[in-house]
Amino acid sequence: MTARIGVVTFPGSLDDADALRAVKLSGAEPVPLWHASDDLAGVDAVVLPGGFSYGDYLRCGAIARFSPVMDEVIRRAGQGLPVLGICNGFQVLCEAHLLPGALIRNDRRTFVCRDQLLRVETRDTVWTCDFEDGQEIVIALKNGEGNYQADAETVARLEGENRVVFRYLDVNPNGSLHDIAGITNERGNVVGLMPHPEHNVELLTGASIDGLGFFSSVQRFLAALV
Amino acid sequence: MPRVIVDVMPKPEILDPQGKAVTGALQRLGFSGLAVRQGKRFEVEVDGDLSEEVLEQIRHAAETLLANTVIETFDVRVAP
Repeated sequence: MTARIGVVTFPGSLDDADALRAVKLSGAEPVPLWHASDDLAGVDAVVLPGGFSYGDYLRCGAIARFSPVMDEVIRRAGQGLPVLGICNGFQVLCEAHLLPGALIRNDRRTFVCRDQLLRVETRDTVWTCDFEDGQEIVIALKNGEGNYQADAETVARLEGENRVVFRYLDVNPNGSLHDIAGITNERGNVVGLMPHPEHNVELLTGASIDGLGFFSSVQRFLAALV
Repeated sequence: MPRVIVDVMPKPEILDPQGKAVTGALQRLGFSGLAVRQGKRFEVEVDGDLSEEVLEQIRHAAETLLANTVIETFDVRVAP
């Protein structure tokens, strides 16, 4: 059975089309979802894509978090639905309290755009089970507000529970605590990261095809459920 | 129409890159010894009278949407 993976379009989403395309290239069925509808169309997993939802007004992700589709995403995530938040999607997940902490402006105060080396710290999530623990991957990174912050207790809990999923290698591009590039929830079904796996699915346009592993992971997980 | 001010500031322990940029610019302009932290100010106009109930509603709104209490603090006060 082909997995159906939904990608939400908010006003101001930029990478929804790329995410839908990445889903397709990975062999799953892409399903466009709309921010103003609370219907998830029966999808097996949801991607919140990158961009500048609602113009990043107030705070990144703060307004998108209250859109009708998010009520349903939050409800279903609580039941174990796989949810991946990429860049702005990660910010939305933090604002929605599906993931702890917050993303603030980069410490260097500039927009950063680079092919970023990452380490997969744990394959014990729905979105990384097709990687190896400690695997190094290259994923496009492009953001102005990717500086992960949380109080010391939260960071200690994330580290202690093996919930830091991706860490920046070589350089910390934005000042994130503990070089954190991505995290997961307790259950491992919700993952958020600043880098953009949907841009690393073809060698024509990406520095690697390491992004495919995110989508093969979720399909592997879903196949194991049946 | 009564007005309520909501001030939102980054928590002291959280890096404030915008404030740092402003502080640096002030120094370059010759304003020495000034350190800036940058926040947001919301002016909320209220229909009808300003009761404690309305103020409580605005505090709830500030906590829910206007501020992210993971990284920010907020203060609610009635405009003079």
